Amino acid sequence: MALFILALKWLSSPASARHGVLAGEIGAALAVVATLCNYEIIEYKWIVVALVVGAVVGIPLGLVHMTAVPQRTALSHAFGALAAAMIGIAEYYVRLPHVSKFDMVEIALEVIIGSLTFTGSLIAAGKLQEVLPQRPITYKGQNFVSLSVLAAAVLIALWLVFHPEYSRLFPVMVGVALIFGVLLVTPIGGADMPTVISLLNSYAGLSAALLGFVLNNKVLVVAGALDGSSGFILSVIMCKAMNRSFTNVMFGAFGQVQVSAGAEKEERTVRSATAEEAASILGNANTVVIVPGYGMAVAQAQHKVRELYDALTKRGVDVKFGIHPVAGRMPGHMNVLLAEADIPYDKLMDMDAINPEFPQTDVALVIGANDVTNPAAKTDQGSPIYGMPILEVDKSRTVMVIKEV
Amino acid sequence: MTSSFMSSLYVFVLAGFIGFEVIRRVSPLLHTPLMSLTNALDAIVVVAAIIITGRSESMLSTVLGAVAIAASFSNMVGGFLITDRMLRMFKLSRTKKP
Repeated sequence: MALFILALKWLSSPASARHGVLAGEIGAALAVVATLCNYEIIEYKWIVVALVVGAVVGIPLGLVHMTAVPQRTALSHAFGALAAAMIGIAEYYVRLPHVSKFDMVEIALEVIIGSLTFTGSLIAAGKLQEVLPQRPITYKGQNFVSLSVLAAAVLIALWLVFHPEYSRLFPVMVGVALIFGVLLVTPIGGADMPTVISLLNSYAGLSAALLGFVLNNKVLVVAGALDGSSGFILSVIMCKAMNRSFTNVMFGAFGQVQVSAGAEKEERTVRSATAEEAASILGNANTVVIVPGYGMAVAQAQHKVRELYDALTKRGVDVKFGIHPVAGRMPGHMNVLLAEADIPYDKLMDMDAINPEFPQTDVALVIGANDVTNPAAKTDQGSPIYGMPILEVDKSRTVMVIKEV
Repeated sequence: MTSSFMSSLYVFVLAGFIGFEVIRRVSPLLHTPLMSLTNALDAIVVVAAIIITGRSESMLSTVLGAVAIAASFSNMVGGFLITDRMLRMFKLSRTKKP
């Protein structure tokens, strides 16, 4: 347990972060080996088979391309939640004739959260992989339907608490929770994915912690609590970065603000420049801030950005990167992509650090990150992103925007 | 209200508090690796899965347990692997200047 906490503590700085992974690995390995020696285990065959299957599935998932990290993460939330739900279900049937009310509350809660996180994360992964449509799918009375489904799951769970022997209702409860997971995530659009992933992360942790309660296993409680609080903190950061209230997210009531952005007021001269013109402007600048967004990730442009960074640095231009907390499809996504392209991390600045520097910046180059730099978020009350903190590129001397046409 | 519940709750609150304090300090640079690492740590549910599979109390519990082992162990292996790959990519500018 101490190793797990140390693992997270070392993650506070990129320099010590890899020790953190090692600490986590050692902790996990110790726990697995100790468990394998447990006296309760009488049959090893299936354990070994399942471990091999897990490794065979897990290794390719650990080697995916960096642009695919968001969907991989969503998928791993799904797996984690699936495992927790499965164990909860098995535990219910093993204990069946004598399940106390108290245990039943824990099991029901654990299985419901695990199940809805499983399907919710699968939908999120599907959207990120673009197997499913990215746009929010909404219909009238959606919140009513979703909440009724959740209420149904809770009612069945309550019934089971008082009558745990009605084991036929148990699969129904699981099914309803699975449906709720789907309903929770389908209305959410691609741009809200950072918040959703964090939230699902938090749920996955919560279900593991609850499983620890069910089994009275403190290691699970600790790991689950760490995962849960990490997901929770990230969701709060994401919400703040988008100026959304936490309740708004909790109820999955996203898709509401999908009115198209009002006409942008643009007082400065806007003109399209050719690549050569852009190059000369950049070449003559002293300070350049590059603001990457999801567009860069989609276009796989991070290596091109790197070439640009090299070319400008060679000419003595001071190049920095301004990164909005919700840029990309998951928290910290841009940083990973840029690091993959070998851009040193001390050039990557977060919003609070870079905003005061824009007035002294010659050129701000926005690459596929329109929302997080749109001044309408500050001035236009009708804008759907009104109130969202932005990167103040409008304060720099020249703004260049690269976007798909 | 059993005493084991109370001690679990105590551990939960304490771990949540430590988690909150520690994670708040993680730089936004590393939010993606943070998520994949906590995910890998979360995969420790594999221990519970191993126990329930190994006790082989019923066909059902063995099958469910085995699926849970496969799902969580893939998270553990994949999660540590990808976190390490990501962290290896973060470099300082001076280390790579010739």
